[in-house]
Amino acid sequence: MIDMILETFETGTGYWHPLVWVASFIIIFLIVYIVRGFGQKDYKKGTGQTQAFLSGNKEYDKQLMHVQASNLYWGWTEALKWVIDVLKKMHTGNVSDYVLWFVVVMGVLLVFVGLM
Amino acid sequence: MNIMELLLAHAPALIVAIPLLGAFLTPLISRVSEKGRNIFAILIVGITAFFVFLLASDVLANGPVTYVFGSTAATVQQSTVIRILFEIDALSIFMAIVGIILSFVAVLYSYAFMHRETGQDKYYTLLLLMTTGMLGMMLTGDLFNFFVFLEITSIASAALVAFWTNKAKAVEAGFKYIVISTIGALFVLFAIALLYGQYDALNMAKIAQSIGISGFTFIDKIALVLLIAALAMKGGLAPMHMWLPDAYGRAPASVSLLLVGATQASLYGVFRIVFTVYGDVISLPSVSIGWILVLLGLITMLIGVIMAIIQTDFKRLIAYAACAELGYMALAVGTGLTIVANADPTITIESAPFAMKAITGGLFHVINDALDVGLLFLVAGAVYYATKETSLNKLGGLARNMKYTTVFFIIGLLAVSGLPPFNGFASKLLIYESTYQLNPILSIVAILASILLLAIFVKVLHAVFLGPALPKFANVSEVPKSMLMAMAVIAGIIIVFGLFPNVIVTHLIEPAANALVNNGAYLQWLTGGL
Repeated sequence: MIDMILETFETGTGYWHPLVWVASFIIIFLIVYIVRGFGQKDYKKGTGQTQAFLSGNKEYDKQLMHVQASNLYWGWTEALKWVIDVLKKMHTGNVSDYVLWFVVVMGVLLVFVGLM
Repeated sequence: MNIMELLLAHAPALIVAIPLLGAFLTPLISRVSEKGRNIFAILIVGITAFFVFLLASDVLANGPVTYVFGSTAATVQQSTVIRILFEIDALSIFMAIVGIILSFVAVLYSYAFMHRETGQDKYYTLLLLMTTGMLGMMLTGDLFNFFVFLEITSIASAALVAFWTNKAKAVEAGFKYIVISTIGALFVLFAIALLYGQYDALNMAKIAQSIGISGFTFIDKIALVLLIAALAMKGGLAPMHMWLPDAYGRAPASVSLLLVGATQASLYGVFRIVFTVYGDVISLPSVSIGWILVLLGLITMLIGVIMAIIQTDFKRLIAYAACAELGYMALAVGTGLTIVANADPTITIESAPFAMKAITGGLFHVINDALDVGLLFLVAGAVYYATKETSLNKLGGLARNMKYTTVFFIIGLLAVSGLPPFNGFASKLLIYESTYQLNPILSIVAILASILLLAIFVKVLHAVFLGPALPKFANVSEVPKSMLMAMAVIAGIIIVFGLFPNVIVTHLIEPAANALVNNGAYLQWLTGGL
């Protein structure tokens, strides 16, 4: 059993060993942590150093600065608007349409399999 | 025969009988003690889990088990007798393990999650009935019996989806679910009637043998299409997936978790029909069912992730992501089938290692998806329990108040996105590599969908857990221990599966994949004298 736990997971053309990955991750983390220790130690909490720089504008209250879910990936959704609009149109929320899609798929399959 | 051997001998019946009996006893116990009823439900599912694992140890060590309800003789004076057979091979028991893990976690989670609700006697009764139906679908070897369990699961699920009757959208989702389920089940019944009319049999093995002899008649083709279309709709494959976000999104979180199992039971039905019932004819070069599954899988993945990214409701977003995950399974199993149904007749599933790897990856993803998506649903339920809010636009900064829930969400996020070293990575790696052998575009789309899944859940992490503390959630505290324990059970299994995929694949997934592709073992009872 121990041998099997330590065995490499063969995936066909490749392989995967999670324990090696975890060990590597820990080693890299330690190296980064040590390198971080060489950094400057002049950080002063609660001073101007910690304030966000917003092109010279005043920082709003933090509660007003939270980026909401619908504002995330705006560019991505805007670029793919044409696809999203089609998909939104498809998802009518009407159960008759759900059944219609079932009938369409079944019809296509009947033609596809029936003609073979 | 000692007591353990006796229990093992009757385990197939007990796995279905115990939750069924438990379901009907629940309202009675509820009259005595509400706390007792909740513990009783956990106990019932725990005992059922014991029998599932007991049977699993036997099936995985000694091969398929056949359990006969009714006459032990197949025929009496040349007439077929009335009886039902449960046929449990490595695939059935693998699915039963998935189902019972989800069911156990669901009742454990419900203990605290539902304690403020009224009508809990009905809730637990329906939950146990749903478990009964789901396990029955996975264990039965009889097509009509499969239909009966499908109906039990559907009716119990629909009632549970609409459990919050004070919410109009929940009732609407329940209505949609029952309409879709009834239509799907009707076509399943029609297909079974066609096969019964032709072969005078309902047993899957017997029908499989008859189809092999008759050589795939036109009636067989129609029955196959009806079964695939209906079960694929119940299995949430696009473009017939639209009921899924409604149902998953509106049901209580513990029910959404169990719905994942019910959906996978239908997908199991597709695989069982294609590989076992039609196993002897499905690998004919002219029958491209594999490509159909591949295409349905691709469409499901793409629609799932694109729709998920624009959602602003927490549970609805997870539901679309769950839909995308179902696409991976269909893609992988379809790829395996397509490689075998190659123009070269010398290729068999055994001689095509990538076909086996694809099917192994697909089945491994069944359990990984159930765990990963299940954990995310439980986290969404925990957030709702603590804040009474599901809109991603109104949530924020909860990591400060719900540290454990945040950690569980991060585990679920990394696992569902297929990031190493979590379980989703191992199964997706198998799927990427094997689909690449069929067509590189398939693996590119699969990887793209995984990247989008990561983007989707990073958005959720930011929107719900990160950001400044919001005053309206200042008094929010961590959820009760039983809910945390339920999430911890799933998170623990995710980590173990991720760190030791070799053990799971060798002992559980590969036997299931072999059982799926070699229908010979499944048909052995025909010659075994039962």
